[in-house]
Amino acid sequence: MNVMIVLIPIALFMAAVGLAAFFWSLRSGQYEDLEGAAHRVLIPDDDDVPS
Amino acid sequence: MALALSEPGCPSGLAPAQERETQRADPAAFVRRDASGHDTLELMVQGAKCAGCIRKIESGLLALPGVTDARLNLSTSRLCVAWSPGALPPSAIIDALTRMGYGAAAFDPAAAIRRVDEEGRKLLRYLAVAGFAAMNIMMFSVPVWSGDGEMGEGTRTLLHWISALIAIPAALYAAQPFFRSAWKALRARRANMDVPISLAVFLTLGISIAETLQQGEHAYFDGITMLLFFLLIGRYLDHRLREQARTAARDLLALQSVTASRIEPDGRVVAIGAGEIGAGDRLILAAGDRAPVDGVVVEGVSDLDRSMLTGETIPQAVRVGDPIHAGVINLSQRLIVRATARAQDSSVAELARLIEAGEQGRARFVRLAEKAAALYVPVVHSLALATFLGWMFGPSLLRIAGFDFADVGLRVALMNAVAVLIITCPCALGLAVPAVQVVATGRLFKRGVLVKSGDALERLAQVDVAVFDKTGTLTLGKPRLVSTVDPAVLQAAASLARVSRHPLSRALVEAAGPGAAVKDARERPGEGIEAGRMRLGRRSFAAPACDDAADGAAELWFSNGEAPPVRFAFVDTLRVDAKPAVAALRARGIAVELISGDRPIAVEAAAREAGIEHWSGGASPSDKTARLAALRAEGKKPLMIGDGLNDAAALAAAYASASPGTALEASQAASDIVLQGANLMPLVEAIDVAKMARARALENLRFSALYNVVAAPLAAAGFLTPLIAALAMSGSSLVVTLNALRLQLRWSRT
Repeated sequence: MNVMIVLIPIALFMAAVGLAAFFWSLRSGQYEDLEGAAHRVLIPDDDDVPS
Repeated sequence: MALALSEPGCPSGLAPAQERETQRADPAAFVRRDASGHDTLELMVQGAKCAGCIRKIESGLLALPGVTDARLNLSTSRLCVAWSPGALPPSAIIDALTRMGYGAAAFDPAAAIRRVDEEGRKLLRYLAVAGFAAMNIMMFSVPVWSGDGEMGEGTRTLLHWISALIAIPAALYAAQPFFRSAWKALRARRANMDVPISLAVFLTLGISIAETLQQGEHAYFDGITMLLFFLLIGRYLDHRLREQARTAARDLLALQSVTASRIEPDGRVVAIGAGEIGAGDRLILAAGDRAPVDGVVVEGVSDLDRSMLTGETIPQAVRVGDPIHAGVINLSQRLIVRATARAQDSSVAELARLIEAGEQGRARFVRLAEKAAALYVPVVHSLALATFLGWMFGPSLLRIAGFDFADVGLRVALMNAVAVLIITCPCALGLAVPAVQVVATGRLFKRGVLVKSGDALERLAQVDVAVFDKTGTLTLGKPRLVSTVDPAVLQAAASLARVSRHPLSRALVEAAGPGAAVKDARERPGEGIEAGRMRLGRRSFAAPACDDAADGAAELWFSNGEAPPVRFAFVDTLRVDAKPAVAALRARGIAVELISGDRPIAVEAAAREAGIEHWSGGASPSDKTARLAALRAEGKKPLMIGDGLNDAAALAAAYASASPGTALEASQAASDIVLQGANLMPLVEAIDVAKMARARALENLRFSALYNVVAAPLAAAGFLTPLIAALAMSGSSLVVTLNALRLQLRWSRT
């Protein structure tokens, strides 16, 4: 059971990273245009040179 | 792809290429300088649907000289363009978009302030914290439940303490919206749904800490965070629905915002926004412009289309010295007008009082969820109290009655009372209505129906009378030639009519088809057109010798020298699907009426053509309001559909109201739903969806009630464990959400 002392902080830390990532994405406006984001994936970048 | 990109419009063919629209507002008035020194302009783009559109528009604009940034938001159809100051005129951007086949209109930034949705972000943050806490605590709760009997007391208490360390700050943070709302309600000496929620949060946290301190078995840290998580989902959905509707409505109005050309004292002409006009300004009102403010004509002679104000389809002639009201459209000649009031003080604003009076009646409407809450709060509170008293004093009462019962103590009594509060907490109730409304309005929004609030849907589901306005609502507000005349005469008359912007002339040209305009035609405002010996216009101008036909129809007379004058009669064109829409409403048991400010004879013709039996013409705005008040007094629930300023008060007074997207600002503001596009059928669809949504919402509420009827006695009897509470809460929320999604399924099948 002593392993819990290590595992619990690791689990909580990872979850906290996830939460922080969500806050960051919220603040950087990634939820402003969900529909456009879905479509932009399909647009080829102009600097992509086909080989 | 390359081929498709060179053609106008959406490369995927999802939307037709937009036709060139006469953009009245000069975009120059809406350009703003941003922090980095670039000029920026926000535009509303019509017809953009796919990735190809994004690419076409953004790369097409970036190719313009001086443009540094172009970004299209596909969800809101807003385009933000930035360019180096002076590199190009703002109108070049609109021209470029029009060439690509998209409709574009500049926004008045004052009317469409890009307000970041702070409230929504805050709710999302609460939601994330609650979700984080609920999931992590579950990580500790599952071992406690499954290790039952094997796990040592020390380990269990350690896991409870860790759960407490997460749950206490998370719950106190994430429950803030409920605390605030409950506190506000309590101070106003009312009780809303948030009061039992807040109470449950505090009591559960307290009792769970006490349990943990005593190394007890049951702690509800998982339950309380999960509860907040589900409740916040409902809260967020509800908020997003309102915010979306509000933004869409604001965007629609921002598109209508007009600019004006002001003549400065030094003779220069500058474009300004309507909001900047002051009393005494001299404004140019070109043919086709809508007057932004009240004023007086100081130069020029012309005809005015006043249909937005009165419903009257026949234009009115104006001369120097005549007053002009905000909202009228100048038809034939350029006018110079002296403003007598600012935009916000113009005659439009005077209607605001009437609208406000009507809306007070509507504020009394009680939403379904509120009705449920009014029943729910007292029942739950008394049940929890009864549970506590029962466990506390029950045993001693039973002993008095002669039974052998041991006291269970304060701890068990409190535990069971809290269990009642947790299990009956309105997760499902809180989700029941918003989930349904989000699905319903989302689908309607895609079909071009803008639902402005959740309760609009609830009201729309109950209407039993539909009252239509005529001009611009049931009809397009565009006259159509009905007389049959000799084609040669029609062509001759049309050659005169081609020089005029008068609506009757345009209708005549439309009937005659393409052809040449006569060279030396002269338009005499308020009278007609003259070229050589030919005259086209009013009876008094073109055919003074003829008798009045006395059928009240809009008319033009044409004379050519000695030949007998010919009369052209016109009627207002119905919307294409007006007749089927009226029939569809009837088939749903909704009576249809027509009430208009236009001449009775024109109203009767439109009513007959659309298949409406009850009609009245010549109605003033207060007549319309009176008719709606009479219907409501009879216990009916009237739906008013109108577009003009003369309908605004009636729209506000009706039980539910709708207006077409072309309606004036005041009318749209007073409406529950706005129909974009030229058809009326979406209105019928909106009513169908509203009815289905109401059925689903009622099912959800019934299910929540049933759930509470089963779960609450179990909790009161002391059978509840944290595991059962967690399963019951998530299960009921899931059922309610799935039932709401059923609305979407059923719909896509039809």
